[in-house]
Amino acid sequence: MTYDRARQLLSTINGVTVADGGPPLTVNIAPEQFAAVAAFVKETIGCEFFSFLSAIDWKADGLEVVAWVDNLDSNMSLVLRSKLGPEGKSCPSLVGVYKGANWMERECYEMFGIHFDGHPDLRRLLLPEDWEGYPLLKSYAVDTPHPPYR
Amino acid sequence: MTEFRELDYTGSERLTMNMGPQHPSAHGVFRAILTLEGEQVVAVDAVIGYLHRCHEKLAETLAYVQYPSIASKTDYVAAMTSELAYVMAAEQIGKFEVPKRAQYLRVLAAELQRIASHCLWLGTWCMDMGGALGGGATIFLYCIRERELVLDLFEMLVGARLLYGFHQVGGVRYDVPANYDRKVRETIDLIEQRIGEYEQMLDDNAFFNMRTKGVGVISKALAQEVGVAGPLLRASGVNFDLRKNAPYSSYEDFQFNVPVDPVGDCQARYRVRMIEFRESIKIVRQVLDGLPEGPISSRPGVKSLAQVKVPKGEAYARVEGPRGEVGCYLVADGSNKPYRMKWRGASFSNLAVLPHILPGVSVADVVAIMGSVDPVFGEVDR
Repeated sequence: MTYDRARQLLSTINGVTVADGGPPLTVNIAPEQFAAVAAFVKETIGCEFFSFLSAIDWKADGLEVVAWVDNLDSNMSLVLRSKLGPEGKSCPSLVGVYKGANWMERECYEMFGIHFDGHPDLRRLLLPEDWEGYPLLKSYAVDTPHPPYR
Repeated sequence: MTEFRELDYTGSERLTMNMGPQHPSAHGVFRAILTLEGEQVVAVDAVIGYLHRCHEKLAETLAYVQYPSIASKTDYVAAMTSELAYVMAAEQIGKFEVPKRAQYLRVLAAELQRIASHCLWLGTWCMDMGGALGGGATIFLYCIRERELVLDLFEMLVGARLLYGFHQVGGVRYDVPANYDRKVRETIDLIEQRIGEYEQMLDDNAFFNMRTKGVGVISKALAQEVGVAGPLLRASGVNFDLRKNAPYSSYEDFQFNVPVDPVGDCQARYRVRMIEFRESIKIVRQVLDGLPEGPISSRPGVKSLAQVKVPKGEAYARVEGPRGEVGCYLVADGSNKPYRMKWRGASFSNLAVLPHILPGVSVADVVAIMGSVDPVFGEVDR
């Protein structure tokens, strides 16, 4: 598998645009297609290694989910990105495709409030059970008080 | 609110047992809620986050000149690694040059750090597995003794033993002191000899072999899917090392081998790390032989917070730490602080494999497997 071949394969899918430049190959995906395209990337392009999944808060433009996967045999890296839109708060879960997404999505859920549809166990991971708010959102100030103080 | 699990008194053979967060074998604060049938684990719920210090939120409020010394607190056993990942991400976005001498010094620090980190891993792991391995803490104390020698080298270089602040955007902050070359060579010669002694203690030790052979097998497919990296990935038969596959900081200048073991059990991870020890020593010697003259940083020493401004852009810098791929995903907005920073902690992803491999093993093996994963909780919880 090469970058050119991957670009060719991906650009035929509906709801997917492949950004110019790279490596890594940046693949912009419509939110509802996210898990399906990830499955395609894993099986057809051979990106079996799951590096990380996280999100970025673009303020007025809403949240964007970013996942990084690798094809270790061909030494290729793909960035899967999906803009959820200004009001978007949910995204299909990648756990069915990559087991490593489990904890990453749980962290993303508690930090950004993104609901990953189809996640088998969407609980908090790092924060206490009674934490209020989503700390990594830009609207959450660093010094937000959290009673009871501890 | 916390859900309390009811104890089952209906005659089922299952028992829910809490392990941690203060369990000595957890190497930090890891809680595993084990469901047991007799001695056998049937399910595990891993609870982490006790050491969460909001690194990612904090990084958004700290300037590029400030954060590297905080980055070292993620993986405090291998502080050089995370510092390097952070400054490399900033350098990638800003296309900042790093002088050759600084690149070599970064490799020197990274490989000495790998030796120190593996020393700690071997010692604590063998102590977890019990007294049969040379009488309780014997091998632990041996390893700590050698690790102290490497920390002495860091103290000569930086002035600190554990958390360094050695890297800065554009290079490194300190050059090697006088006679450093001789001191490093003496130390690594000694450690090389001692590694042989550890292997003599362990390789033919029947107890060690029984506790590690065939225990905690991670298959090649599972390792990749979970994102397990570093020695664990290579011990599962995947030939992937960022130093070879995506060389950074002049790693392409050095000759070294990447150990790969197809078995995937605890002993394979032991074998891979023992070879890595020696390969790191080889790299350190090559750095000392070929250390080029020149400046150690392309940018002046840190004087003000606004000194480093990174243009708008994004980058993911990944380095091969002692525990695997340590990645820093950085989004810059043109100011002197990152817009968003994400740590891909090697320990986090390595630990995430535990719920997949623990069911089916006995409680005693949980300890052996956890030690072979070598998690550092500063990096898991960030």
